[in-house]
Amino acid sequence: MSPLITLVAQRIALGLLLLLAVSVLIFAGTELLPGDVAASILGQSATPEALANMRRDMGLDEPAVSRYFSWLFSAIQGDLGTALTSGQEISSQIASRLGNTLFLAFWAAVIAVPLAVFLGLLAVRYEGRWPDKAISAVTLASISLPEFFIGYLLIYFVAVKLGWFPSVATIYPSMSLGEKLHAIGLPVAVLVMVVLAHMMRMTRAAILNVMQSAYIETAELKGLNQFKIIWRHAFPNAIAPVVNVVMLNLAYLIVGVVVVEVIFVYPGMGQYLVDHVSKRDVPVVQACGLIFAAVYIGLNLIADVVSIATNPRLRHPK
Amino acid sequence: MTDSFLDIRGLKIGATVYPPGEKPKDIEIVHGVDIKLEKGKVLGLIGESGAGKSTIGLASMGYGRGGVRITGGEVFLNGRDILKIGAKGLRGLRGKEVTYVSQSAAASFNPAKRLMEQIVESALEHGVHSRADAEARAVKHFRDLGLPDPENFGKRYPHQVSGGQLQRAMTAMALCPEPDLIVFDEPTTALDVTTQIDVLAAIKEAIRKTGVAAIYVTHDLAVVAQVSDDIMVLRHGKMVERDTAETIITNPSQDYTRALVSVKSSEHPEKAPVGEPVLQCKNITASYGGDVKVLKNVSMDLYPGQTLAVVGESGSGKSTTARVITGLLPPIEGEILFDGRVLPPALAQRSRDDLRELQMIYQMADVAMNPRQTIGTIIGRPLEFYFGIKGAEKRKKTIKLLDKIELGESFIDRYPAELSGGQKQRVCIARSLAAKPKLIICDEVTSALDPLVAEGILKLLLDLQAEENVAYLFITHDLATVKSIADSIAVMYQGKLQRYGTKTEVLTPPFDDYTDLLLSSVPEMKIGWLEHVLATRKMESAGN
Amino acid sequence: MRIPTGALIGLIFTSSFFLMAIFAPLIAPYGMAEVVGGVWEPMSSKHWLGTDNIGRDLLSRMIFGGQVTIFIATAATILSFVTGSVLGFTAAVIGGWVDQALSRFVDLVMAIPTLILALVILSVMPISILMLIMVMGFLDATRVFRLSRAVAVDINVMDYVEAAKLRGEGRIWIIFREILPNALSPLIAELGLRFIFMVLFLSTLSFLGLGIQPPSADWGGMVKENKEGIVFGIGAALIPAAAIAILAISVNLVADWVLSRTTSLKGGRG
Repeated sequence: MSPLITLVAQRIALGLLLLLAVSVLIFAGTELLPGDVAASILGQSATPEALANMRRDMGLDEPAVSRYFSWLFSAIQGDLGTALTSGQEISSQIASRLGNTLFLAFWAAVIAVPLAVFLGLLAVRYEGRWPDKAISAVTLASISLPEFFIGYLLIYFVAVKLGWFPSVATIYPSMSLGEKLHAIGLPVAVLVMVVLAHMMRMTRAAILNVMQSAYIETAELKGLNQFKIIWRHAFPNAIAPVVNVVMLNLAYLIVGVVVVEVIFVYPGMGQYLVDHVSKRDVPVVQACGLIFAAVYIGLNLIADVVSIATNPRLRHPK
Repeated sequence: MTDSFLDIRGLKIGATVYPPGEKPKDIEIVHGVDIKLEKGKVLGLIGESGAGKSTIGLASMGYGRGGVRITGGEVFLNGRDILKIGAKGLRGLRGKEVTYVSQSAAASFNPAKRLMEQIVESALEHGVHSRADAEARAVKHFRDLGLPDPENFGKRYPHQVSGGQLQRAMTAMALCPEPDLIVFDEPTTALDVTTQIDVLAAIKEAIRKTGVAAIYVTHDLAVVAQVSDDIMVLRHGKMVERDTAETIITNPSQDYTRALVSVKSSEHPEKAPVGEPVLQCKNITASYGGDVKVLKNVSMDLYPGQTLAVVGESGSGKSTTARVITGLLPPIEGEILFDGRVLPPALAQRSRDDLRELQMIYQMADVAMNPRQTIGTIIGRPLEFYFGIKGAEKRKKTIKLLDKIELGESFIDRYPAELSGGQKQRVCIARSLAAKPKLIICDEVTSALDPLVAEGILKLLLDLQAEENVAYLFITHDLATVKSIADSIAVMYQGKLQRYGTKTEVLTPPFDDYTDLLLSSVPEMKIGWLEHVLATRKMESAGN
Repeated sequence: MRIPTGALIGLIFTSSFFLMAIFAPLIAPYGMAEVVGGVWEPMSSKHWLGTDNIGRDLLSRMIFGGQVTIFIATAATILSFVTGSVLGFTAAVIGGWVDQALSRFVDLVMAIPTLILALVILSVMPISILMLIMVMGFLDATRVFRLSRAVAVDINVMDYVEAAKLRGEGRIWIIFREILPNALSPLIAELGLRFIFMVLFLSTLSFLGLGIQPPSADWGGMVKENKEGIVFGIGAALIPAAAIAILAISVNLVADWVLSRTTSLKGGRG
C-alpha cells in the first residue's frame, strides 16, 4: 500500500506547487505586463498627480515581490482584497456567486456525465453502425458550435416562441429548489450540449481501447457473454480512463460557464469576472482567475489520483 | 474416421484489408484446408508468417480475430458443425470443449484481477466444477507445471509473476475446465530460449498427463517436433503436407518442407584471424544511469573480414555493447580501439571517417528506413554525405549497390512500404555498404524474418564479406544463426562476458554451466531432443 | 484521388468563406458602418438579411465581419503554429534541460483555462487587433507545442533517426529531412482544428465585449450587438452565430478527412 500513498501524496504536493506557480503567473500577468492599471482606470486624460496618487493608494509603488506575497498570504486567509470599482470586499461578493456557479455546473454535470458515459457505451456496443455514426456526426457539429449560438437558439425558440423557460436565468436565495431549477433550465441545457459530445466521444475511445486488449479476447474465448465481458473484464480497466475523460470535460465546463452566464445574465462567477475585466478591476480579475484555475487544477488532480488508485501495479506491488 | 472428434473440411477464411489510399478490399487468406484430429493427439501447425496457421487454430473455436471471418467449409467438433450453432452455441463451447493459450500471456491476462479468479473463470461459467473443486484443480496444475509456491500462486496479480510463469499459468487456465482440445498459439515464441525449454517441457507433460488433444501453432519446426504426434505444414493458406512428426523431420515429401528442415543446419567454416584487429573493446563498463551496471568489464577483439557473434538472452547486455561501440552510450570505464586508434567515447566527438567506417544494421528494417524517402534516397545519402557524390554518378553507384543486394534498378524509386521484409533488410545492408565501412554492427538482423528469408540474408552477408573484406559484429539470441556465420563467439550473461573465443573453442566442451544451458536449450530438429536435454543438463534455467 | 461528399462540401464552403473575406469590399452592397435603414428591418430585396440594431445593412456587415474574423483567426493560427511547432520540435530533438524548461512552462500555462488566462491578460493590456492576435496565438501555441513535441519524440526514437545520427547528420537534416516529413500529416490535420478554435476563441472574446471594439466588428461582436433583439423574437443575432458555426463545421469536415487519410497512411506503413 505504501508506494500508492506516497504517489498520491506526491501528486497532491505537485498540484499545490502548480497552484502556487499559477498564482505567480496570474499576478505577474496583471502587474508586470506593460499595461498600467492606474492609467487604464483613470483614462488618457488623467493628470500626472492623479496617477501618482492612485498608484500610491493602490500600493503600486511597492516592489512587485512584496506586493505578491502580501496578496498571496491574504488570499490564503480568505481575504481577496477590495474591488477597485465598488470598494467592496471581493471575498463576500464572490462567495454567493461561486455558490451560484457551482449550482449551475453541478446540475449540468449531473445530467451530462451519466448521459455521456451511457451514450459512449452505446457507441461502443454498436461500433461502426448507425448509433455510432450518429454520435460522431453530432460530436463533429457540437465541437464547432459556439456556446452563444446554442444559447440564443434555445432562447429564441424555447423561451421566446414556446415560453417554456425564462430567457434570463435570475436566481436569488429565497427561491425554492424547483423554482431555481426552472430558472436555470436553459443554461444547464447549453452546458450539457457543450460538454456532452466531447465526453461521449472520449469515453467511446477510452472504452474501445480497453475492448481491443488481448484479455478481452481471452474472456471471449472463455465463452463469457457480452455483459460479463464488459462488467468483469473491461469495466475495472476502464475506470481510470473514463474518470480522466469526465474530469477533463468538467474542467472544460467551467470555461463554458463564463459564456453561458453572460448569455443568460446569470449571477455567477463568470459574469462577475467578465464585468470586471471590462472595468479593468485588477484585484477582482486576479481573485476570479485564481479560483477558476484552482478548480481546474483540482479536477485534474482528482483524475490523476483515481488513475493511480485504480492501477493494479501500484495497488499490488511485487 | 468416426474417432476424429475434430473434423475440419474445406475451411476457407477471409479478411478485409485496408491498403493505404485505396478502398478496403476482401481477400481470402485460407483456401480450403482439411484437418482431422483424434482424441488425445497433438497436431502441430507450422508455416511462415501469412501461412494462416493461427487463423486456422482460432477457427477451430469458431473465432476470427479482427476483421477475419470464416467464409466457407465445415468445422465438426464432437459431432456437430460449430459454424452453424450461432453465437450462443459458440459461447457454450468456448472455454468448455476448446480452450486457448496465446503467444503473449502477459497481455492475455486481465491486469486488474488475481490469477486464480481468471484461471477458474471458465470452469465456473460453464458449470464444470464448483469453485472449491476448480481452485483445487488449478493448484494441482500449478504444481504439475512447476510453478513456485503452488498453494499461493493464484493469489498473485499478473504483473507480479515472470513471463515464463504467466505462460504456464495460461496453460493452467486452459486445462482447468478439462476441455477436449487446447489451441496453443505460439506459446513459447516470446520467451528466451532457456525459459522456452522449461515451458515447452511443462506443456508437453501437462498434455501427456491429462490426455487432452491439442493444436500447436508455431513457426519453429524444431519446437513443434518435440510436442506433436502429427505435423501439418502450411504455406499461403494451403496445406503443403501432413504426416507424423517423425516423417516430416526425417523424410519429408515436399521440397518446401525439406527447405524448412534443413534451414538451420548450414555450417560456416571458421576463418583464422589475419592482421591487426579492426575493433578492440577494452574493459568496457557501462550504465544507463544509477548504480546498475549493464556491462561489466567486457573485452573483445574483432579482426578484418571476420564475424564476431555476440550471443545472449534478453538482459545480457548484448545490445548495450552495440550502443557503446557506436558511441550512443559512452562507457563509464574502458576504451574502444578502432583500426588501432582510440575512438572518442561519445558519438558527437567522433570524426566523419570514424562514423563512416563503422556502420549499423537494425533488427526491424521497416523502422530503420524513413518511410517518406525512396530507396534511391536512402541508399544514395551515405554516398553524398561521406563522398560528395551527386547526380548521375550517385544514381549509377546506387544501382550498382542495388545489384549487389540482388534487387536491381527497378527498386530505386520505390518506397520502403512497397517492399517485403527480406527486401527491406537488403536495402539496409546496401545503405551501410555505401559508406564503405570496415565494420558493420548487425543487431538481430535476421530475428524478425521467416527462416528461409533469414537464410538468404545470411548468405548475402557472407558473400559481401568475402567481396568487401568487411568485419561483422553480429548480435543475436539465436545460436543456430551463430553457427552459420561466426568466426568467433562472445557469450554474454547478465552484463558479463561469459565465454569468448574462436567458434570451435566456444562450442567445444567442457562448457561452463550457463553456456551449457544456453547451447543445450536451442531446439534441435530431432524427435526426443527435449527429453534428452532435460535429463542431461547441468543448470536450471534462470528465467523462472 | 476521390474526395468524400462531406469533405467536398467542407472544401467548397471553406473556400467560399475565404474568397468572401478577401474580396469583401467588392462584394458588400453597403459600407460596413453605414446606417442605411431603420432598426432591425426584416429581410427584404433591398437588405437581404435585414438591418441591425442601429440600422446598418446586416449582409454587408456580415461580409466585413467575416473578413475580420477570418483574418485574425488565420494570423493567430499561423503565429500559434510557427511558435508551437518550432519550439516543440526543438524540445524533442535537443531534449535535456531545454525540453524540461519549455515543457514545464507549457504545463504551467495550460494549468489555467485558456479563456480565463486571456481574460486576465486583457484586463490590463490595451485591446487592439495586434494584441488579440498575440494573446490568442501565444496561448494556443502551448497546445501545438505539446502535439508537435509528442509527435517528434515518437519519431525521434525511430531507428531511421538513430541511423541518421550515427551517420553524423546535423540537427537541421534530422529535423527537416527525417522528422518533419513524417510529422506533417498529423500537424496539417491539427492546423484545421486550431483554426476552428481560433474562430471560436475570437468570437467568444468579442461576444464578451473584450475582442474587436465597435464600430468595427467581427461575427462574435455582431452577436453581442444584436442579442437584445432575441427576446423580441428578432433573430438578427442568430445569423452571425450561425455563420461561425458553418465556417467551423466546414473546416472540421476538411480536417477530419485529412486526419482519416493520415491514419490510413500510418496503417499502411506496418
